Amino acid sequence: MTQVIEFQHVTKSYPLYHHIGSGIKELIFNPRRAWTLLSGRSYLAIEDISFSVLKGESVALIGRNGAGKSTSLGLVAGVLKPTSGVVKVVGRVASMLELGGGFHPELTGRENIRLNATLLGLRRKELNARIDKIIEFSELGEFIDEPIRVYSSGMLAKLGFSVITQVDPDILIIDEVLAVGDISFQRKCISTINEFRKKGVTILFVSHNLSDIQKICDKVIWIENHKLKEMGEAENIIALYQAAMA
Amino acid sequence: MKYSLGYLFDLAVVITEKELKVRYKSSFFGYLWSIANPLLFAMIYYFIFKLIMRVQIPNYTVFIITGLFPWQWFASSTSNSLFSFIANAQIIKKTVFPRSVIPMSNVLMECLHFLCTLPVIIFFLYVYGMHPTLNWIWGVPLIGLGQMILTLGIALMLSTLNLFFRDLERFVTLGIMLMFYCTPILYDASMIPEKYRWLVEYNPLANMVLSWRSLFMDGVINYHDIAWLYFFGALFLMMGSWIFNKLKYRFAEIL
Repeated sequence: MTQVIEFQHVTKSYPLYHHIGSGIKELIFNPRRAWTLLSGRSYLAIEDISFSVLKGESVALIGRNGAGKSTSLGLVAGVLKPTSGVVKVVGRVASMLELGGGFHPELTGRENIRLNATLLGLRRKELNARIDKIIEFSELGEFIDEPIRVYSSGMLAKLGFSVITQVDPDILIIDEVLAVGDISFQRKCISTINEFRKKGVTILFVSHNLSDIQKICDKVIWIENHKLKEMGEAENIIALYQAAMA
Repeated sequence: MKYSLGYLFDLAVVITEKELKVRYKSSFFGYLWSIANPLLFAMIYYFIFKLIMRVQIPNYTVFIITGLFPWQWFASSTSNSLFSFIANAQIIKKTVFPRSVIPMSNVLMECLHFLCTLPVIIFFLYVYGMHPTLNWIWGVPLIGLGQMILTLGIALMLSTLNLFFRDLERFVTLGIMLMFYCTPILYDASMIPEKYRWLVEYNPLANMVLSWRSLFMDGVINYHDIAWLYFFGALFLMMGSWIFNKLKYRFAEIL
């Protein structure tokens, strides 16, 4: 079994850039504050996290808001680089990191599918062959030719998800966006994710819905306070988490 | 992830399409603005400099527009690219793709606008009793490529730096205006007094404009100016790429 995702002692801190925007006035009127800002404060998002994910596994990331889950996903997707430590990822990554991420509000659903699918790695020929399937999966009907700024959040989630399903990812990352779909869509997504699992796609799933996690994931990683707290079989970790949150 | 050349091409096309659509979606006149804008300015400059100040340059209208339209390409690409990363913050933060495609697509888009203005230049040439010559066929791509390299280098540099130092927008807007008057677009290079000649000698934009003008008006390919254009273009492209490559990993954090 090959490792497709590997984090080795990864730390990520965000430098806070306020000082660039505070300007000269700040410097004159609040010199002490300006000095502390300039000396490079930073926010530690995750600290010394190490784990690995094997091919075909389905892993959930759970934890409080602000614990460091989205940062970890960003590191896996390649959008962020670690401050220290090594992140190794093998294969094509498709991610749904935010509702409407990868979309432009002025373009229609169809044009956005083109844009998003190309950004995720599809060539023009492949895209043309698959675009009808994507539109069908999204269940958006005539709205596909309306600009997406008129879409509801559920429609945006449907659009994003249907593009992902057709790009043949090796690793699929889903960050808290399924919560807005209605029940039939959620059911559809879960069955699609399970189909991906059968095909051997590795899944990284962030959700606060513990029952969804139990339906899709084998392993759970619990991140608390910017560090890795627990990692193991889904049922065990979920039980521990629930006990801690009670 | 290594990208194949074909994929990069598809990506550039899709992003350029998107930029075009987004710009002209709610616009009634659409693409006509890219021609109307410089043309209107040309009319104003003609009025001021030919009719009021009585500049003694023959065929002044053609003289202006052969400098103004390429300038428009350069100025629009540069000022649009300042905001290009910021405007595309969504996709930069959430997906991974070669970020340099974005300023590249800005330069390409303005190149398309410039090509649409060529018929206007040809029209005015005929009005003044001149005509396009055969060496436009290789002259236009030659100078065009040089300009593209120069503009891309400057665009990469400025769009990257603007993310970290937002004041750059103001500087660049002023800078472009300043350079416009330091480049012999409205006046002939020979009219500059001796001690200011260095403005033309060391100004890559002057080389650019002069080579376009001698191609369009005189049908002459000025290899000296073009060589300088390519030299400066390569220089700026190297600088721009270096700055871009150093900072590109921080984009998603700072947007």
